[in-house]
Amino acid sequence: MKFTVFAAATAALCALATTSVAEPQAEVLHWWTSGGEAKSVAVLQQEFKDAGGTWTDMPVAGGGGDAAMTALRARVLSGNAPAAVQLKGPAIQEWYEEGVLSDISAVAEENGWADVLPEAIANHMKCEGHWCAAPVNVHRVDWIWANKKILEDNGIAMPTTWDEFNAAAEKLKAAGITPLAHGGQAWQDATVFETVVLGLGGAEFFQKALVDLDPEALGSDTMKAVFDQMRLLRGDVDANFSGRDWNLATAMVMNGEAAFQIMGDWAKGEFLAAGKVPGEDFLCASTPGEGYLYNVDSFAMFDVDGEDKEAGQALLAKLIVGPSFQKVFNLNKGSIPVRTDVSLDDFDMCAHTSSEEMASSSENGSLLPSYAHGMALRGAQSGAITDVVTAHFNSDMSSDDAVKMLVDAVAAVQ
Amino acid sequence: MTLWLERHVPKLVLAPSFAAILLFVYGFIAWTGWISLTKSRLMPKYDIEGVQQYTRLFAAPRWDVAMNNLYIFGALFIVIAMVLGLGLAILLDQKIRAEGVLRTIYLYPMALSMIVTGTAWKWILNPGLGLEKVVQGWGFENFKFDWLVNTDYAIYTIVIAAVWQSSGFVMALFLAGLRSVDTEIIKAAQVDGIPTHRIYTAIIIPSMAPIFLSAFIVLSHLAIKSFDLVIAMTNGGPGYATDLPATYMYAMAFSRGDLGQAASSAMIMMLVVFTIVVPYLYSELRTRND
Repeated sequence: MKFTVFAAATAALCALATTSVAEPQAEVLHWWTSGGEAKSVAVLQQEFKDAGGTWTDMPVAGGGGDAAMTALRARVLSGNAPAAVQLKGPAIQEWYEEGVLSDISAVAEENGWADVLPEAIANHMKCEGHWCAAPVNVHRVDWIWANKKILEDNGIAMPTTWDEFNAAAEKLKAAGITPLAHGGQAWQDATVFETVVLGLGGAEFFQKALVDLDPEALGSDTMKAVFDQMRLLRGDVDANFSGRDWNLATAMVMNGEAAFQIMGDWAKGEFLAAGKVPGEDFLCASTPGEGYLYNVDSFAMFDVDGEDKEAGQALLAKLIVGPSFQKVFNLNKGSIPVRTDVSLDDFDMCAHTSSEEMASSSENGSLLPSYAHGMALRGAQSGAITDVVTAHFNSDMSSDDAVKMLVDAVAAVQ
Repeated sequence: MTLWLERHVPKLVLAPSFAAILLFVYGFIAWTGWISLTKSRLMPKYDIEGVQQYTRLFAAPRWDVAMNNLYIFGALFIVIAMVLGLGLAILLDQKIRAEGVLRTIYLYPMALSMIVTGTAWKWILNPGLGLEKVVQGWGFENFKFDWLVNTDYAIYTIVIAAVWQSSGFVMALFLAGLRSVDTEIIKAAQVDGIPTHRIYTAIIIPSMAPIFLSAFIVLSHLAIKSFDLVIAMTNGGPGYATDLPATYMYAMAFSRGDLGQAASSAMIMMLVVFTIVVPYLYSELRTRND
């Protein structure tokens, strides 16, 4: 209490001293602390400083954002939220319902966000019609990565249907090669699962089952077929997959121990860091089936007091969606710009594919949020689904039982 | 004045810690109990909605797995650690050479944190890196030991690591107990020509009952609060096959934004602890009144 009074007094004195021009200030909570991510956020920090702002960095690493969320909860409960927080998907709306997000529609309208962002993605950034978050990048989740040499040696083409994939897997197993590099962690199981849902069920089914949580879709025969396919995939991984990190699975594809990996485009960063060239050493393609699953990182803007902080927040939002930051940041991170009007000249072929398919899927309505990466559902709901997926994948549960469990689990968290 | 001080200083000195415990232990237990009756998700809400969080909890297959794992892990861990600890203590009690060195060696795992133990055993038991690979490398191609990545057996690998960590400590407890038995009785028994194993089973071990009780209490609370070992070794996997109540609670509270659910699981965990601690407290208090 005393401290707040003191801080207020100091702030008042400072305000007197610097006359009326408020210097933009922003405290930013994020968990981009490793390698390429840290470099990417440093770019934003530099741009913010160049525009005359004071950036207070609040990196909280650990647990894939869990630690940062705990820190955020403490800050919000004590009534002192940071200006911008790395948040994504429905979590933004969840925080909005707690009544702590601010309205940045003025910035969004001034910079014409609505014209340059795909509509499906723009909707995630809005809280009851007004803008409350700024998108940073688009990761595509439904990628399948392959070792080009292995495919050539075994006469296999990049699969475009799951049947083709299964045939290729049989061929590879006969040749003594692990068909699918996979890490047995719940979120990786969920990542594979959702690409199978999209591939076998199509965009409409994906929307019904994993976004709208329609019990009929969840309990349908299509869902059974999805679990059947998951059972087949379980036979395509090596015996030692349990608990493996995703980047080690990527390394297996790189080193020729395994042929394929199903993983979002952050896997590309691993290939590039190892000096591999897309199209020559490794191949990238969308997983069998039509559609595009996106995972969009964004910054949610929290309510702050004071002119300087409000100015800082507005400036930050403007810079995040600005073309120059979008380009530099995404070159570093391996994702693609969320703006459709940024030139992709410096990006690689995988990014070009990603961008083209984002545009085409946006038009035909198959641009969908990734459930496994927290874009489609709230934590409790997506967690309930993941529990079933990972329990099925790691045991000999039948597809019928899995579907029944899925329906029950989702009903319990509605 | 001095008399007053004499009478009240102990109370005054104890008052701050008493107040702190009242708030930070019992106050927060009450708060958690309250939250477990609400629909709290991301942030705490305070409108009481009834016991629906508990209904959800008991309907969740994952919670079933966690509770079953707790029983399996708890029972095996406590029994094996006590049997091994007692065995080691009896062997060390035979007035052997270099007892001090051996005792230290057995006690040392206790000095490691559970995270270190878990990580080391994760590598040892990993089929592609550790034991299985080494033995296969020696020429035993058919040797298989993949419990760590096997849904049905993974929980037993946690028992192995936990026993390795704690049996030395139990040994130290029992050794102290063995040494505290009145040597006169033992000598008298020896004079009467009673064989050594009978001396242990009929005289020494029965007179160590309080030590057994302490060892049991220490081990059971270690089992119930086990968290870091699982996180380091399997992170709850494969799937959620090695989830324990504590890791379930953590997942709900911190990864899923489901505070109400986490609070209800925490309350159940506390009840489990109570069923063990209350009889213990009861027996302790009763003996003091005698």
